[in-house]
Amino acid sequence: MIRFERVSKRYPNGREALLNVSLAIEPGEMVFLTGRSGAGKSSVLKLIALLERPTRGTVTVDGANTSRLPSRAIPAFRRKIGVVFQDHKLLPDRPVFDNVALPLLVAGTPLRELDKRVRAALDQVGLLGKERVLPGELSIGEQQRVGIARAVIAKPPVLIADEPTGNLDHGLALEVMRLFRRFQEVGVTIVIATHDLSLVQESGQRVIHIDNGQISDGLVTAPVPPTAPESPSSGLRAGPGPDLGSLPNLQARR
Amino acid sequence: MTWLIRHLQALLGALGRMVRQPLATLLTVLVIALALALPAGLWVVVSNAAAATGGIAEAIEVTVYLKNDVALARAQQLADNARERTGVEQVTLTTAEQALAEFREFSGFGAALESLDGNPLPHVLNVRPARDAAGPLEVEALKRYFAAWPEVELVQVDTEWVQRLAAILELVRRALGIAALVVGVAVIAVIGNTIRLEIDSRRAEIEVIKLVGGSNAFVRRPFLYTGLFYGLAGALLAWLIVTAAVLALAGPVGALAGLYGSRFGLVGLSLREAGVLLAGGFGLGLIAAWIVAARNLARIEPRA
Repeated sequence: MIRFERVSKRYPNGREALLNVSLAIEPGEMVFLTGRSGAGKSSVLKLIALLERPTRGTVTVDGANTSRLPSRAIPAFRRKIGVVFQDHKLLPDRPVFDNVALPLLVAGTPLRELDKRVRAALDQVGLLGKERVLPGELSIGEQQRVGIARAVIAKPPVLIADEPTGNLDHGLALEVMRLFRRFQEVGVTIVIATHDLSLVQESGQRVIHIDNGQISDGLVTAPVPPTAPESPSSGLRAGPGPDLGSLPNLQARR
Repeated sequence: MTWLIRHLQALLGALGRMVRQPLATLLTVLVIALALALPAGLWVVVSNAAAATGGIAEAIEVTVYLKNDVALARAQQLADNARERTGVEQVTLTTAEQALAEFREFSGFGAALESLDGNPLPHVLNVRPARDAAGPLEVEALKRYFAAWPEVELVQVDTEWVQRLAAILELVRRALGIAALVVGVAVIAVIGNTIRLEIDSRRAEIEVIKLVGGSNAFVRRPFLYTGLFYGLAGALLAWLIVTAAVLALAGPVGALAGLYGSRFGLVGLSLREAGVLLAGGFGLGLIAAWIVAARNLARIEPRA
Protein backbone atom coordinates (compact mmCIF):
# COMPACT_ATOMS: atom_id res chain seq x y z
CA MET A 1 0.00 0.00 0.00
CA ILE A 2 2.82 2.35 0.97
CA ARG A 3 6.30 1.83 -0.32
CA PHE A 4 9.47 3.91 0.18
CA GLU A 5 12.43 2.99 -2.01
CA ARG A 6 15.75 4.56 -1.05
CA VAL A 7 14.03 7.76 -0.09
CA SER A 8 16.01 10.76 1.04
CA LYS A 9 14.52 14.07 2.03
CA ARG A 10 16.49 17.24 2.36
CA TYR A 11 14.64 20.44 3.26
CA PRO A 12 15.47 23.77 1.66
CA ASN A 13 17.16 24.84 4.90
CA GLY A 14 19.68 22.03 4.35
CA ARG A 15 18.39 19.67 7.02
CA GLU A 16 18.61 16.01 6.00
CA ALA A 17 15.39 14.59 7.42
CA LEU A 18 15.54 11.15 5.81
CA LEU A 19 18.49 9.22 4.45
CA ASN A 20 18.06 6.38 2.00
CA VAL A 21 14.96 5.01 3.69
CA SER A 22 13.17 1.96 2.34
CA LEU A 23 10.02 0.51 3.83
CA ALA A 24 6.81 -1.16 2.82
CA ILE A 25 3.45 -1.17 4.53
CA GLU A 26 0.85 -3.68 3.42
CA PRO A 27 -2.85 -2.94 2.91
CA GLY A 28 -4.77 -3.16 6.17
CA GLU A 29 -1.61 -2.95 8.25
CA MET A 30 -1.30 -0.74 11.29
CA VAL A 31 2.20 0.56 11.80
CA PHE A 32 3.77 2.78 14.43
CA LEU A 33 6.57 5.17 13.62
CA THR A 34 8.65 5.85 16.68
CA GLY A 35 11.70 7.89 17.37
CA ARG A 36 12.72 11.08 19.04
CA SER A 37 11.28 14.34 17.80
CA GLY A 38 13.22 15.49 14.77
CA ALA A 39 14.22 11.93 13.90
CA GLY A 40 12.19 12.00 10.70
CA LYS A 41 8.80 10.54 11.69
CA SER A 42 6.88 13.56 10.46
CA SER A 43 8.84 13.59 7.23
CA VAL A 44 7.68 10.05 6.49
CA LEU A 45 4.07 11.08 7.05
CA LYS A 46 4.49 14.22 4.94
CA LEU A 47 5.89 12.18 2.11
CA ILE A 48 2.96 9.75 2.32
CA ALA A 49 0.39 12.57 2.32
CA LEU A 50 2.22 14.34 -0.49
CA LEU A 51 2.79 17.40 1.63
CA GLU A 52 6.38 16.96 0.56
CA ARG A 53 8.09 15.14 -2.26
CA PRO A 54 11.25 13.07 -1.81
CA THR A 55 14.56 14.62 -2.77
CA ARG A 56 15.76 11.19 -3.94
CA GLY A 57 14.08 7.83 -4.24
CA THR A 58 10.43 7.04 -4.83
CA VAL A 59 7.37 7.04 -2.63
CA THR A 60 4.48 4.94 -3.88
CA VAL A 61 1.07 5.13 -2.23
CA ASP A 62 -1.78 2.96 -3.49
CA GLY A 63 0.07 2.46 -6.74
CA ALA A 64 0.80 6.13 -7.36
CA ASN A 65 4.36 7.42 -7.52
CA THR A 66 4.07 10.72 -5.66
CA SER A 67 6.99 12.26 -7.54
CA ARG A 68 5.32 11.72 -10.89
CA LEU A 69 1.86 12.88 -9.89
CA PRO A 70 0.86 16.03 -11.82
CA SER A 71 -0.37 18.83 -9.58
CA ARG A 72 -3.93 18.57 -10.87
CA ALA A 73 -4.04 14.97 -9.63
CA ILE A 74 -2.92 15.89 -6.11
CA PRO A 75 -6.39 16.73 -4.71
CA ALA A 76 -7.79 13.36 -5.77
CA PHE A 77 -4.70 11.69 -4.30
CA ARG A 78 -5.11 13.45 -0.96
CA ARG A 79 -8.72 12.33 -0.74
CA LYS A 80 -7.45 8.79 -0.45
CA ILE A 81 -5.49 9.67 2.68
CA GLY A 82 -7.02 10.69 5.98
CA VAL A 83 -4.72 12.80 8.13
CA VAL A 84 -4.90 13.27 11.90
CA PHE A 85 -2.73 15.96 13.48
CA GLN A 86 -1.55 16.44 17.01
CA ASP A 87 -3.02 19.95 16.95
CA HIS A 88 -5.97 18.51 14.95
CA LYS A 89 -6.15 21.55 12.62
CA LEU A 90 -9.88 22.10 12.98
CA LEU A 91 -11.45 25.28 11.67
CA PRO A 92 -12.23 27.15 14.89
CA ASP A 93 -15.00 29.30 13.41
CA ARG A 94 -16.98 26.38 11.99
CA PRO A 95 -19.17 24.00 13.96
CA VAL A 96 -18.18 20.37 14.31
CA PHE A 97 -20.55 19.37 11.51
CA ASP A 98 -18.85 21.62 8.93
CA ASN A 99 -15.40 20.49 10.02
CA VAL A 100 -16.22 16.82 9.69
CA ALA A 101 -18.16 17.33 6.43
CA LEU A 102 -15.29 19.14 4.72
CA PRO A 103 -13.70 16.10 2.98
CA LEU A 104 -17.12 15.16 1.60
CA LEU A 105 -17.78 18.72 0.45
CA VAL A 106 -14.56 18.94 -1.52
CA ALA A 107 -15.33 15.56 -3.08
CA GLY A 108 -18.75 16.77 -4.20
CA THR A 109 -20.79 14.32 -2.14
CA PRO A 110 -24.53 14.90 -2.60
CA LEU A 111 -26.02 17.01 0.18
CA ARG A 112 -28.64 14.46 1.21
CA GLU A 113 -25.86 11.98 1.97
CA LEU A 114 -23.85 14.52 3.91
CA ASP A 115 -25.96 14.64 7.04
CA LYS A 116 -26.16 10.87 7.35
CA ARG A 117 -22.44 10.33 6.90
CA VAL A 118 -21.35 13.12 9.24
CA ARG A 119 -23.59 11.71 11.94
CA ALA A 120 -22.25 8.22 11.32
CA ALA A 121 -18.65 9.47 11.58
CA LEU A 122 -19.40 11.39 14.78
CA ASP A 123 -21.15 8.34 16.17
CA GLN A 124 -18.02 6.28 15.54
CA VAL A 125 -15.93 8.66 17.65
CA GLY A 126 -18.64 9.02 20.28
CA LEU A 127 -19.53 12.62 19.57
CA LEU A 128 -23.03 12.27 18.20
CA GLY A 129 -25.11 15.29 19.18
CA LYS A 130 -22.17 17.73 19.09
CA GLU A 131 -22.74 18.72 15.43
CA ARG A 132 -23.52 22.37 16.13
CA VAL A 133 -20.81 22.93 18.75
CA LEU A 134 -17.72 24.96 17.89
CA PRO A 135 -14.41 23.10 18.31
CA GLY A 136 -13.27 25.57 20.97
CA GLU A 137 -16.11 24.50 23.24
CA LEU A 138 -14.94 20.90 23.24
CA SER A 139 -12.28 19.27 25.42
CA ILE A 140 -8.89 18.48 23.89
CA GLY A 141 -9.76 14.79 23.64
CA GLU A 142 -13.06 15.57 21.95
CA GLN A 143 -11.35 17.91 19.49
CA GLN A 144 -8.91 15.16 18.63
CA ARG A 145 -11.80 12.81 17.99
CA VAL A 146 -13.46 15.40 15.73
CA GLY A 147 -10.18 15.46 13.80
CA ILE A 148 -10.31 11.68 13.51
CA ALA A 149 -13.92 11.77 12.35
CA ARG A 150 -12.88 14.25 9.66
CA ALA A 151 -9.97 12.03 8.64
CA VAL A 152 -12.10 8.92 8.18
CA ILE A 153 -15.44 10.27 6.95
CA ALA A 154 -14.51 9.97 3.27
CA LYS A 155 -13.51 6.33 3.92
CA PRO A 156 -9.90 6.76 2.78
CA PRO A 157 -7.89 3.56 2.30
CA VAL A 158 -4.97 5.12 4.17
CA LEU A 159 -5.02 6.91 7.51
CA ILE A 160 -1.96 8.68 8.86
CA ALA A 161 -1.69 10.28 12.28
CA ASP A 162 1.02 12.53 13.66
CA GLU A 163 1.23 12.25 17.45
CA PRO A 164 -2.55 11.74 17.70
CA THR A 165 -2.32 11.14 21.44
CA GLY A 166 0.32 13.75 22.17
CA ASN A 167 -2.01 16.03 24.08
CA LEU A 168 -4.08 13.31 25.73
CA ASP A 169 -3.79 11.52 29.04
CA HIS A 170 -3.28 7.79 29.02
CA GLY A 171 -6.96 6.88 29.27
CA LEU A 172 -7.96 9.12 26.37
CA ALA A 173 -4.97 7.93 24.39
CA LEU A 174 -6.07 4.32 24.79
CA GLU A 175 -9.53 5.28 23.64
CA VAL A 176 -8.12 6.90 20.52
CA MET A 177 -6.00 3.81 19.87
CA ARG A 178 -9.09 1.61 20.14
CA LEU A 179 -10.68 3.84 17.52
CA PHE A 180 -7.75 3.33 15.17
CA ARG A 181 -7.94 -0.43 15.73
CA ARG A 182 -11.57 -0.38 14.67
CA PHE A 183 -10.64 1.35 11.42
CA GLN A 184 -7.88 -1.18 10.86
CA GLU A 185 -10.40 -3.97 11.30
CA VAL A 186 -12.39 -2.64 8.33
CA GLY A 187 -9.27 -2.67 6.17
CA VAL A 188 -7.80 0.81 6.50
CA THR A 189 -4.02 1.02 6.32
CA ILE A 190 -2.87 3.07 9.30
CA VAL A 191 0.45 4.77 10.02
CA ILE A 192 0.82 6.45 13.38
CA ALA A 193 3.80 8.54 14.39
CA THR A 194 4.19 8.67 18.14
CA HIS A 195 6.75 8.76 20.89
CA ASP A 196 4.32 7.28 23.38
CA LEU A 197 6.10 3.93 23.63
CA SER A 198 3.86 2.42 26.29
CA LEU A 199 0.96 2.86 23.90
CA VAL A 200 2.91 1.15 21.16
CA GLN A 201 3.70 -1.77 23.43
CA GLU A 202 0.10 -2.24 24.45
CA SER A 203 -1.05 -2.25 20.85
CA GLY A 204 1.13 -5.15 19.80
CA GLN A 205 1.51 -3.78 16.29
CA ARG A 206 4.48 -3.47 14.03
CA VAL A 207 6.90 -0.67 14.86
CA ILE A 208 9.24 1.19 12.57
CA HIS A 209 11.83 3.03 14.55
CA ILE A 210 13.48 6.05 13.03
CA ASP A 211 16.64 7.64 14.26
CA ASN A 212 18.59 10.41 12.58
CA GLY A 213 16.66 9.96 9.37
CA GLN A 214 17.32 6.24 9.12
CA ILE A 215 15.11 3.34 10.05
CA SER A 216 15.42 0.17 11.96
CA ASP A 217 12.47 -2.12 11.81
CA GLY A 218 10.53 -3.41 14.78
CA LEU A 219 8.04 -6.21 14.78
CA VAL A 220 4.66 -7.15 16.13
CA THR A 221 4.89 -7.45 19.91
CA ALA A 222 8.53 -6.40 19.73
CA PRO A 223 9.85 -5.54 23.14
CA VAL A 224 10.24 -1.81 23.16
CA PRO A 225 12.61 -0.21 25.60
CA PRO A 226 11.01 2.38 27.86
CA THR A 227 13.09 5.14 26.31
CA ALA A 228 13.89 5.65 22.68
CA PRO A 229 17.18 4.06 21.71
CA GLU A 230 20.05 6.29 20.73
CA SER A 231 20.92 4.52 17.53
CA PRO A 232 19.46 1.89 15.24
CA SER A 233 21.99 -0.59 16.48
CA SER A 234 20.35 -0.69 19.90
CA GLY A 235 17.89 -2.85 18.08
CA LEU A 236 14.22 -3.30 17.59
CA ARG A 237 14.78 -6.29 15.40
CA ALA A 238 13.61 -9.31 17.26
CA GLY A 239 12.75 -12.05 14.85
CA PRO A 240 12.28 -12.02 11.12
CA GLY A 241 11.12 -8.85 9.45
CA PRO A 242 7.65 -8.56 7.96
CA ASP A 243 7.02 -9.40 4.36
CA LEU A 244 8.60 -6.58 2.47
CA GLY A 245 8.75 -8.28 -0.87
CA SER A 246 11.86 -7.72 -2.85
CA LEU A 247 13.05 -4.80 -0.78
CA PRO A 248 16.70 -5.12 0.14
CA ASN A 249 18.07 -4.90 3.60
CA LEU A 250 15.82 -2.62 5.58
CA GLN A 251 18.66 -1.42 7.67
CA ALA A 252 19.12 1.98 6.11
CA ARG A 253 22.50 2.61 4.58
CA ARG A 254 24.10 5.79 3.48
CA MET B 1 -26.63 18.41 -10.38
CA THR B 2 -23.63 17.97 -8.12
CA TRP B 3 -21.94 20.69 -10.12
CA LEU B 4 -24.84 23.02 -9.47
CA ILE B 5 -24.87 22.22 -5.76
CA ARG B 6 -21.15 22.88 -5.47
CA HIS B 7 -21.57 26.27 -7.08
CA LEU B 8 -24.56 27.02 -4.92
CA GLN B 9 -22.54 26.17 -1.81
CA ALA B 10 -19.68 28.42 -2.89
CA LEU B 11 -22.12 31.18 -3.77
CA LEU B 12 -23.98 31.02 -0.47
CA GLY B 13 -20.72 30.73 1.45
CA ALA B 14 -19.35 33.85 -0.22
CA LEU B 15 -22.59 35.76 0.36
CA GLY B 16 -22.70 34.62 3.97
CA ARG B 17 -19.18 35.87 4.67
CA MET B 18 -19.98 39.23 3.09
CA VAL B 19 -23.18 39.60 5.11
CA ARG B 20 -21.40 38.67 8.33
CA GLN B 21 -19.10 41.70 7.92
CA PRO B 22 -21.66 44.27 6.86
CA LEU B 23 -19.58 47.39 7.44
CA ALA B 24 -16.46 46.21 5.61
CA THR B 25 -18.58 44.89 2.74
CA LEU B 26 -20.59 48.09 2.54
CA LEU B 27 -17.46 50.28 2.43
CA THR B 28 -15.94 48.21 -0.37
CA VAL B 29 -19.19 48.23 -2.34
CA LEU B 30 -19.49 51.98 -1.81
CA VAL B 31 -16.00 52.64 -3.19
CA ILE B 32 -16.76 50.51 -6.24
CA ALA B 33 -20.15 52.19 -6.70
CA LEU B 34 -18.70 55.71 -6.56
CA ALA B 35 -16.01 54.75 -9.04
CA LEU B 36 -18.53 53.23 -11.45
CA ALA B 37 -20.98 56.11 -10.99
CA LEU B 38 -18.42 58.50 -12.48
CA PRO B 39 -18.37 57.12 -16.05
CA ALA B 40 -22.05 56.16 -15.84
CA GLY B 41 -22.95 59.73 -14.85
CA LEU B 42 -20.72 61.14 -17.56
CA TRP B 43 -22.47 58.89 -20.05
CA VAL B 44 -25.84 60.29 -18.96
CA VAL B 45 -24.50 63.82 -19.43
CA VAL B 46 -23.20 63.05 -22.93
CA SER B 47 -26.31 61.28 -24.14
CA ASN B 48 -28.54 64.03 -22.77
CA ALA B 49 -26.39 66.75 -24.31
CA ALA B 50 -26.57 64.97 -27.64
CA ALA B 51 -30.34 64.64 -27.33
CA ALA B 52 -30.77 68.28 -26.30
CA THR B 53 -28.70 69.64 -29.17
CA GLY B 54 -29.50 66.98 -31.73
CA GLY B 55 -32.72 68.67 -32.97
CA ILE B 56 -30.99 72.00 -33.42
CA ALA B 57 -27.93 70.60 -35.07
CA GLU B 58 -30.05 68.97 -37.73
CA ALA B 59 -31.83 72.21 -38.52
CA ILE B 60 -29.19 73.86 -40.67
CA GLU B 61 -30.64 77.02 -42.10
CA VAL B 62 -29.51 79.13 -45.01
CA THR B 63 -30.36 82.76 -44.40
CA VAL B 64 -30.76 84.78 -47.59
CA TYR B 65 -30.71 88.57 -47.02
CA LEU B 66 -32.30 90.44 -49.92
CA LYS B 67 -31.16 93.86 -50.96
CA ASN B 68 -32.85 96.77 -49.17
CA ASP B 69 -34.60 98.01 -52.30
CA VAL B 70 -36.32 94.74 -53.16
CA ALA B 71 -40.07 95.17 -52.92
CA LEU B 72 -42.25 92.84 -50.89
CA ALA B 73 -44.06 91.46 -53.95
CA ARG B 74 -40.74 90.61 -55.58
CA ALA B 75 -39.54 89.04 -52.33
CA GLN B 76 -42.61 86.79 -52.29
CA GLN B 77 -41.87 85.82 -55.89
CA LEU B 78 -38.30 84.98 -54.98
CA ALA B 79 -39.49 82.88 -52.06
CA ASP B 80 -41.69 80.92 -54.50
CA ASN B 81 -38.72 80.47 -56.83
CA ALA B 82 -36.60 79.25 -53.95
CA ARG B 83 -39.23 76.61 -53.11
CA GLU B 84 -38.85 75.24 -56.64
CA ARG B 85 -35.15 74.48 -56.11
CA THR B 86 -34.44 70.80 -55.43
CA GLY B 87 -33.07 70.02 -52.02
CA VAL B 88 -35.07 72.78 -50.43
CA GLU B 89 -37.48 71.67 -47.77
CA GLN B 90 -39.02 74.89 -46.64
CA VAL B 91 -38.74 78.58 -47.33
CA THR B 92 -40.03 81.17 -44.89
CA LEU B 93 -40.18 84.79 -45.82
CA THR B 94 -39.54 87.20 -42.98
CA THR B 95 -40.59 90.60 -44.21
CA ALA B 96 -38.73 93.72 -43.16
CA GLU B 97 -41.77 94.77 -41.11
CA GLN B 98 -41.92 91.47 -39.23
CA ALA B 99 -38.21 91.59 -38.61
CA LEU B 100 -38.41 95.13 -37.26
CA ALA B 101 -41.32 94.25 -35.02
CA GLU B 102 -39.47 91.24 -33.63
CA PHE B 103 -36.30 93.22 -33.19
CA ARG B 104 -38.17 95.97 -31.38
CA GLU B 105 -39.79 93.47 -29.05
CA PHE B 106 -36.79 91.30 -28.17
CA SER B 107 -33.73 93.51 -28.49
CA GLY B 108 -34.66 96.22 -26.00
CA PHE B 109 -33.61 98.87 -28.52
CA GLY B 110 -37.21 99.80 -29.20
CA ALA B 111 -36.75 103.46 -28.31
CA ALA B 112 -33.62 103.77 -30.42
CA LEU B 113 -35.40 102.30 -33.42
CA GLU B 114 -38.16 104.89 -33.13
CA SER B 115 -35.61 107.57 -33.93
CA LEU B 116 -34.71 105.96 -37.26
CA ASP B 117 -36.19 107.39 -40.44
CA GLY B 118 -37.23 104.21 -42.09
CA ASN B 119 -36.85 100.45 -41.70
CA PRO B 120 -33.16 99.57 -42.10
CA LEU B 121 -33.90 95.86 -42.22
CA PRO B 122 -34.25 93.90 -45.49
CA HIS B 123 -36.64 91.09 -46.31
CA VAL B 124 -35.12 87.74 -45.45
CA LEU B 125 -35.65 84.26 -46.84
CA ASN B 126 -35.03 81.47 -44.34
CA VAL B 127 -34.27 78.40 -46.41
CA ARG B 128 -34.19 75.01 -44.74
CA PRO B 129 -32.49 72.34 -46.85
CA ALA B 130 -34.13 68.94 -47.12
CA ARG B 131 -32.78 66.47 -44.59
CA ASP B 132 -31.07 64.41 -47.29
CA ALA B 133 -29.55 67.52 -48.85
CA ALA B 134 -28.06 69.01 -45.70
CA GLY B 135 -24.48 67.86 -46.24
CA PRO B 136 -21.70 70.46 -46.37
CA LEU B 137 -21.34 70.23 -50.16
CA GLU B 138 -25.05 70.53 -50.91
CA VAL B 139 -25.41 73.42 -48.50
CA GLU B 140 -22.44 75.16 -50.10
CA ALA B 141 -24.02 74.71 -53.56
CA LEU B 142 -27.28 76.11 -52.26
CA LYS B 143 -25.43 79.09 -50.83
CA ARG B 144 -23.77 79.83 -54.20
CA TYR B 145 -27.06 79.38 -56.01
CA PHE B 146 -28.76 82.08 -53.95
CA ALA B 147 -25.73 84.37 -53.91
CA ALA B 148 -25.92 84.50 -57.73
CA TRP B 149 -29.34 86.10 -57.63
CA PRO B 150 -29.15 89.85 -58.37
CA GLU B 151 -31.64 90.68 -55.61
CA VAL B 152 -29.57 88.96 -52.97
CA GLU B 153 -27.29 90.99 -50.75
CA LEU B 154 -25.83 88.24 -48.58
CA VAL B 155 -26.20 84.52 -47.93
CA GLN B 156 -25.26 83.16 -44.53
CA VAL B 157 -24.95 79.56 -43.46
CA ASP B 158 -24.29 79.26 -39.78
CA THR B 159 -22.86 75.78 -39.35
CA GLU B 160 -19.78 76.61 -37.33
CA TRP B 161 -21.41 76.38 -33.95
CA VAL B 162 -22.93 73.04 -34.91
CA GLN B 163 -19.47 71.76 -35.73
CA ARG B 164 -18.10 73.11 -32.50
CA LEU B 165 -20.83 71.46 -30.52
CA ALA B 166 -20.18 68.17 -32.27
CA ALA B 167 -16.47 68.55 -31.50
CA ILE B 168 -17.17 69.23 -27.84
CA LEU B 169 -19.45 66.20 -27.60
CA GLU B 170 -16.79 64.09 -29.28
CA LEU B 171 -14.24 65.34 -26.77
CA VAL B 172 -16.47 64.48 -23.83
CA ARG B 173 -17.14 61.05 -25.35
CA ARG B 174 -13.41 60.44 -25.61
CA ALA B 175 -12.92 61.60 -22.01
CA LEU B 176 -15.68 59.21 -21.04
CA GLY B 177 -13.80 56.35 -22.62
CA ILE B 178 -10.64 57.23 -20.71
CA ALA B 179 -12.57 57.63 -17.46
CA ALA B 180 -14.20 54.24 -17.97
CA LEU B 181 -10.80 52.66 -18.52
CA VAL B 182 -9.26 54.28 -15.44
CA VAL B 183 -12.28 53.42 -13.32
CA GLY B 184 -12.20 49.83 -14.57
CA VAL B 185 -8.61 49.46 -13.44
CA ALA B 186 -9.45 51.10 -10.10
CA VAL B 187 -12.38 48.74 -9.53
CA ILE B 188 -10.20 45.73 -10.33
CA ALA B 189 -7.60 47.03 -7.86
CA VAL B 190 -10.17 47.57 -5.10
CA ILE B 191 -11.86 44.18 -5.52
CA GLY B 192 -8.54 42.42 -6.01
CA ASN B 193 -7.08 43.89 -2.85
CA THR B 194 -10.19 43.04 -0.83
CA ILE B 195 -10.02 39.45 -1.98
CA ARG B 196 -6.28 39.25 -1.38
CA LEU B 197 -6.85 40.32 2.23
CA GLU B 198 -9.57 37.73 2.59
CA ILE B 199 -7.34 35.01 1.21
CA ASP B 200 -4.64 36.02 3.70
CA SER B 201 -7.05 35.90 6.61
CA ARG B 202 -8.35 32.48 5.58
CA ARG B 203 -4.99 30.92 4.87
CA ALA B 204 -5.35 28.27 7.59
CA GLU B 205 -8.74 27.26 6.27
CA ILE B 206 -7.45 27.04 2.70
CA GLU B 207 -4.59 24.83 3.87
CA VAL B 208 -6.99 22.45 5.58
CA ILE B 209 -9.27 22.35 2.54
CA LYS B 210 -6.34 21.48 0.32
CA LEU B 211 -5.16 18.92 2.84
CA VAL B 212 -8.44 17.01 2.68
CA GLY B 213 -8.26 17.02 -1.10
CA GLY B 214 -9.90 20.28 -2.13
CA SER B 215 -8.88 21.16 -5.67
CA ASN B 216 -7.68 24.62 -6.67
CA ALA B 217 -11.02 25.13 -8.40
CA PHE B 218 -12.87 24.27 -5.19
CA VAL B 219 -10.77 26.70 -3.16
CA ARG B 220 -11.02 29.41 -5.80
CA ARG B 221 -14.75 29.23 -6.36
CA PRO B 222 -16.00 31.15 -3.31
CA PHE B 223 -13.50 33.93 -3.98
CA LEU B 224 -14.69 34.25 -7.56
CA TYR B 225 -18.23 34.59 -6.27
CA THR B 226 -17.07 37.17 -3.74
CA GLY B 227 -15.48 39.27 -6.49
CA LEU B 228 -18.51 38.88 -8.69
CA PHE B 229 -20.83 40.00 -5.88
CA TYR B 230 -18.71 43.03 -5.08
CA GLY B 231 -18.74 44.08 -8.74
CA LEU B 232 -22.44 43.47 -9.14
CA ALA B 233 -23.41 45.19 -5.88
CA GLY B 234 -21.15 48.13 -6.74
CA ALA B 235 -22.72 48.48 -10.18
CA LEU B 236 -26.20 48.26 -8.71
CA LEU B 237 -25.42 50.98 -6.19
CA ALA B 238 -23.81 53.09 -8.96
CA TRP B 239 -27.01 52.78 -10.94
CA LEU B 240 -29.02 53.93 -7.92
CA ILE B 241 -26.66 56.89 -7.42
CA VAL B 242 -26.94 57.97 -11.06
CA THR B 243 -30.71 57.53 -11.06
CA ALA B 244 -31.01 59.54 -7.86
CA ALA B 245 -28.84 62.29 -9.35
CA VAL B 246 -30.97 62.35 -12.52
CA LEU B 247 -34.16 62.58 -10.47
CA ALA B 248 -32.72 65.38 -8.38
CA LEU B 249 -31.65 67.33 -11.48
CA ALA B 250 -34.68 66.61 -13.68
CA GLY B 251 -36.74 69.48 -12.21
CA PRO B 252 -34.13 72.26 -12.60
CA VAL B 253 -33.07 71.01 -16.03
CA GLY B 254 -36.67 70.96 -17.20
CA ALA B 255 -37.12 74.49 -15.92
CA LEU B 256 -33.96 75.65 -17.70
CA ALA B 257 -35.02 74.00 -20.95
CA GLY B 258 -38.39 75.66 -20.58
CA LEU B 259 -36.66 79.06 -20.45
CA TYR B 260 -35.14 78.24 -23.83
CA GLY B 261 -38.53 77.22 -25.14
CA SER B 262 -37.53 73.57 -25.26
CA ARG B 263 -39.50 70.63 -23.99
CA PHE B 264 -36.26 68.75 -23.34
CA GLY B 265 -36.31 66.56 -20.24
CA LEU B 266 -33.38 64.86 -18.51
CA VAL B 267 -33.25 61.11 -19.25
CA GLY B 268 -31.47 58.65 -16.93
CA LEU B 269 -29.88 55.34 -17.86
CA SER B 270 -32.06 53.19 -20.07
CA LEU B 271 -32.60 49.57 -19.10
CA ARG B 272 -30.09 48.56 -21.74
CA GLU B 273 -27.50 51.00 -20.41
CA ALA B 274 -28.16 49.85 -16.86
CA GLY B 275 -27.64 46.31 -18.09
CA VAL B 276 -24.28 47.30 -19.56
CA LEU B 277 -23.31 48.88 -16.23
CA LEU B 278 -24.28 45.77 -14.26
CA ALA B 279 -22.52 43.49 -16.72
CA GLY B 280 -19.45 45.72 -16.43
CA GLY B 281 -19.42 45.46 -12.63
CA PHE B 282 -19.98 41.71 -12.87
CA GLY B 283 -17.13 41.29 -15.34
CA LEU B 284 -14.69 43.53 -13.46
CA GLY B 285 -15.37 41.68 -10.21
CA LEU B 286 -14.84 38.32 -11.83
CA ILE B 287 -11.63 39.43 -13.56
CA ALA B 288 -10.22 40.92 -10.36
CA ALA B 289 -11.06 37.82 -8.34
CA TRP B 290 -9.64 35.55 -11.00
CA ILE B 291 -6.33 37.38 -11.21
CA VAL B 292 -5.82 37.53 -7.44
CA ALA B 293 -7.10 34.02 -6.70
CA ALA B 294 -4.99 32.45 -9.40
CA ARG B 295 -1.90 34.24 -8.14
CA ASN B 296 -2.39 33.67 -4.43
CA LEU B 297 -4.23 30.39 -3.98
CA ALA B 298 -1.80 28.21 -5.91
CA ARG B 299 0.94 29.35 -3.55
CA ILE B 300 -0.86 28.13 -0.45
CA GLU B 301 0.04 24.54 0.24
CA PRO B 302 -0.82 22.58 3.36
CA ARG B 303 1.90 22.17 5.95
CA ALA B 304 1.92 19.42 8.51
